[in-house]
Amino acid sequence: MIRVQAEPFDAAAELGRFTDALANSGAVVSFTGVVRARRDAGEVCTLELEHYPGFTAKVIAGIEAEARRRFPLEDCLVIHRFGELAPGEPIVFVATAAEHRRGAFEAADYLMDRLKTEAPFWKREQRPEGAAWIEPREADLRDRARWDEKVS
Amino acid sequence: MLKVLFFGRLREAAGTGELALELPAGVADTDALRRWLPRDNLQLREELERLSVRVAVNEVLASPAHPLTGGETVAFMPLVSGG
Repeated sequence: MIRVQAEPFDAAAELGRFTDALANSGAVVSFTGVVRARRDAGEVCTLELEHYPGFTAKVIAGIEAEARRRFPLEDCLVIHRFGELAPGEPIVFVATAAEHRRGAFEAADYLMDRLKTEAPFWKREQRPEGAAWIEPREADLRDRARWDEKVS
Repeated sequence: MLKVLFFGRLREAAGTGELALELPAGVADTDALRRWLPRDNLQLREELERLSVRVAVNEVLASPAHPLTGGETVAFMPLVSGG
């Protein structure tokens, strides 16, 4: 299941509900991405996430479907926020459940690598000196490339 | 009517996130639209010329020169900054 929402969410409560609904899994993995505070702290800065209503959810649903195809998952959940976020707030949440740990770990890792490089979100940081768009990171693209299917 | 959507830097450069227009004369595909839209906006032209800009037609990623008839929603998207 996937959710794209403006409302804040409680990662611990989401994980609890996700786990309670499972029947056959021996392994549950979760990842929560949190808005970073600026390193040169002191000043409040917010993060604005723009998305494409409808299309963004469609792309994420495709990534989730591919994760279910690749890994032996009983269930998985992706929550992604858009709108204005403050440092410390959860921005993304992924939970995966499988019979054994390897599938759950790998599926969570896979989901995050694809979300970071393909989910249609455009981020802008509101800094005291003005707004700045956040560019994709080379490291994220390298992480994503680890999952490319080998063509033999 | 054609609906044109801009996101991120492109929205900022265009000064709007959404335009509604009749298909301009001589514009038959998304590539021609991409060249027509910024005809009097240099900043938008520079942003749209980036190779990384992706185009979706009716919420499906499209080839750079996807044919248009005038009733579509065409979205121009810069590189995503990640989830």
